[in-house]
Amino acid sequence: MKFIPNSIIKESMLKEIGLHTIDELFSDIPKKIRINNLNLPDGVSQQEVEKRLRELGKKNQSFYEMPSFLGGGIKPHYIPAAVKSIIARSEFYTSYTPYQPEASQGFLQAMFEYQSMIAEITGMDVANASLYDGATALGEAALMCNRIKKRKTFVIPKNISKDKKCILKNYTKGAGLTIKEIAYDTKTGKIDLDDLKKNIDDDTTGVYIENPNFFGVFEDDVDEISSLVKEKQAVFVVGVDPIALGITKNPGKYNADIVIGEGRSLGNPMDFGGSGLGIFSCKHEFIRQIPGRIIGLTEDSDGKRAFCMTMQTREQHIRRGRATSNICTNEGLCALAAVAFLSWLGGSGLEKLGRINFEKGQRLAKKITSIHGFEKVFCGVHFNEFVIQCPDAAKLHKKLLSNGIQGGLILDDIFPELKSSMLFGVTEIYSDESIEKLVSILKEGT
Amino acid sequence: MYRSAVYDEPLLNELEEKRNNTYTPVDVLPSSLQRKEKINIPDLDETQVIRHFFRLSQMNFGIDSGMYPLGSCTMKYNPRICEEISRWDSFAMTHPYQDESTIQGNLQIMYELEQLFCEITGMDCFTLQPAAGSQGEFTGLLLTQAYHESHHDFERNEIILPDTSHGTNPASATMAGYKIIEIPSTKEGTVDLEILKKTLSSNTACFMLTNPNTLGIFESDIEEIAKIVHKAGALLYYDGANINAIMGKARPGDMGFDIVHLNLHKTFSTPHGGGGPGAGPIGVKKKLETFLPIPRITKKRDIYYLNHDYPKSIGKIKAFYGNFSVLLKAYIYILLMGGDGLKESSEIAVLNANYMKKKLVDSEKYDLPYKELRKHEFVLSCERLYKEKGIRALDIAKRLLDYGLHPPTIYFPLIVKEALMIEPTESESKRTLDEYIKALIRIADENTDIVKNAPSNTSVRRVDEAGAIKNPILTWKSL
Repeated sequence: MKFIPNSIIKESMLKEIGLHTIDELFSDIPKKIRINNLNLPDGVSQQEVEKRLRELGKKNQSFYEMPSFLGGGIKPHYIPAAVKSIIARSEFYTSYTPYQPEASQGFLQAMFEYQSMIAEITGMDVANASLYDGATALGEAALMCNRIKKRKTFVIPKNISKDKKCILKNYTKGAGLTIKEIAYDTKTGKIDLDDLKKNIDDDTTGVYIENPNFFGVFEDDVDEISSLVKEKQAVFVVGVDPIALGITKNPGKYNADIVIGEGRSLGNPMDFGGSGLGIFSCKHEFIRQIPGRIIGLTEDSDGKRAFCMTMQTREQHIRRGRATSNICTNEGLCALAAVAFLSWLGGSGLEKLGRINFEKGQRLAKKITSIHGFEKVFCGVHFNEFVIQCPDAAKLHKKLLSNGIQGGLILDDIFPELKSSMLFGVTEIYSDESIEKLVSILKEGT
Repeated sequence: MYRSAVYDEPLLNELEEKRNNTYTPVDVLPSSLQRKEKINIPDLDETQVIRHFFRLSQMNFGIDSGMYPLGSCTMKYNPRICEEISRWDSFAMTHPYQDESTIQGNLQIMYELEQLFCEITGMDCFTLQPAAGSQGEFTGLLLTQAYHESHHDFERNEIILPDTSHGTNPASATMAGYKIIEIPSTKEGTVDLEILKKTLSSNTACFMLTNPNTLGIFESDIEEIAKIVHKAGALLYYDGANINAIMGKARPGDMGFDIVHLNLHKTFSTPHGGGGPGAGPIGVKKKLETFLPIPRITKKRDIYYLNHDYPKSIGKIKAFYGNFSVLLKAYIYILLMGGDGLKESSEIAVLNANYMKKKLVDSEKYDLPYKELRKHEFVLSCERLYKEKGIRALDIAKRLLDYGLHPPTIYFPLIVKEALMIEPTESESKRTLDEYIKALIRIADENTDIVKNAPSNTSVRRVDEAGAIKNPILTWKSL
């Protein structure tokens, strides 16, 4: 079974078009570079492959075998069976980018609904149909700021993930942007407003903040930050966790211009870090500058409601070297999971989910900080992640691991000033048993 | 005759029966961040949600529905086993920051996948990080930059491309900060060596090439091309979108390419997912290895590590380690196919394309500009039909939908007028190919009005795309 139906009739097909051998079809490849075979093993049966993959799977510890309390922007969330069943429809997943709208109304309508929901929860007017992940969305946002305001400095908080900083640097190098980092307040874990004030000037194209930020802390001085940015006529970019938007006001309410985020938590598994879902939304006035696919509602020739990709003149397949981005393949199926997830939850469900995550975050922090030697590093109100300073993070990690638990993310490498600290994360999916187990091992000490 | 399901399916927000407008804020939140009102997302029952998306799925055409010969997109069958295994908890429920000792399975898969790609392409090492082909291109160009800079060569600010190149090539080059020089193809539809020689200079960073090119023609002068590009001190980049044509027959590494990207959602059979997720791994020659993104996967005494210790690396291009679920599916696919299966895929993909090409050219309804022998795809022109009957490539595309056949890529590459770019892949049976050929021949003879007013058997008739641009309605709030 090789998924090649014409394999058994190739001789007669060759004959029909006046050829004798397969090699004749490759006669235009110079002999010197022609090869006869790949030096790989022959294919094996599906049964055999499944067996091998089971063995490989056993070499991993999944969340259910070893609960992990890792923060840092990626955590497991519950995925309803309904969502799994929707994205498993092969009419959806075996289709491509909907270049032919008449044959793709299903996916197009779903993406229009995705855009509508993302715009709603972020408080923006429009959203695109997805980017690769939250980190590349930041790179694209910085480039978009530069298209809107032709200035050369993009301002970010010091406390964002290392991956994001590096990706941002790579994405903005070609445009010649300088990245400026703003300190965080060492007490609250929030952005240092004085440092921000000092660093926004007439060369600032955009300012990025995250809410909640990398330390899990809510940035609540948002109105002040927003006015600082607007005073200098820079573009205001906010990164969000969509689950937190269930309980907080949306960035539209504090005058953000572009809202981005990692949308994986909406119906997509952790998948060892990929595939992610880059959320990208903005105010209406900037729609011509958006990167990536956008779906619009229109009519067919009978005047019936219909959907299609729109404003394609921004995109690489039309505009080539002058496109707003090079993105072609995006994360369509992950966006489909997100819209299915949000419609399964409903507005009320998202509010409830946000609340549960918030409360679980508070409860776990309280339990951990009640143990002698474990302190919350920042006093700012946190969502479902928080930083804990503990006696010996590296040793603790090993101890937890030997007890079948993956502890928080050790921050020493990323923020050397936060010595022996762990970024813990928790969501609705964590059982009381696993939380109790974590706490009891922490109590034992190292 | 084909008929698509037609539902006047309301939008999700139109399905809501009753709205509960009460919202109780979370009082311990800072007041400046308190949400004060309901989130305006409809509250529906699971029964409504499932029916909605089920109906939408029935108004969507996938490879499982029928032939989908989009040129340069390699729409091949997606084996079910790859889907199923990729959803197992042992893979899907692993965290990228878990202790290395608890993710040895994932790391082994990634390590071995890199080795497999090295053998298939003839390159020395791979990174699996890029999320799609175009991100792979961008990564390749960052590597190009790092390479020249490491030689204290800061003058190379130009990328050369043939006029047949994919749109992502120039777009990626611009993003990486390069100036683009597009060179015209020869009468044969291939790279013009003389023009290339004249265009190459001490400013050239890289020449980007697809081989076979987007006309489906193998660039037979490739060894000479590699020689003159390298002589000018530039690098040679392989856009791997079309590698389904040559697996087990020739390798970009042997042709002299320095950097290669692969589209796993094309050649390695991972589903396109309605536009993603994909994966665009990058392979390079030894001289570029030190610049590859981190972490690299290394192996020492049968233990796999995420190695960050590459000080000259360009760093990261995407969060974590790439689209792992896609990588996993490609790995399974390669195990299933083996070296013999991959080779046969390319052989039959090329046979299928040449079979269709011959039958369609013989019908004398369509013309084949440029060279005769094609690889996995071919580009026809219906310019004659346009002149004689006013029927355009777009009309033919729409009429094919009435026959339950997905149209080919149209109006690309740009050097062919009224282009139909057809890539059948190895997944289609002769019966399906014949059906497609028959439909294309029949459409050429059909009444012009029928063709120009097509489609009528789809869930909607021809969509007013111009109207969508004139009056952008991008969310349901704008209705």
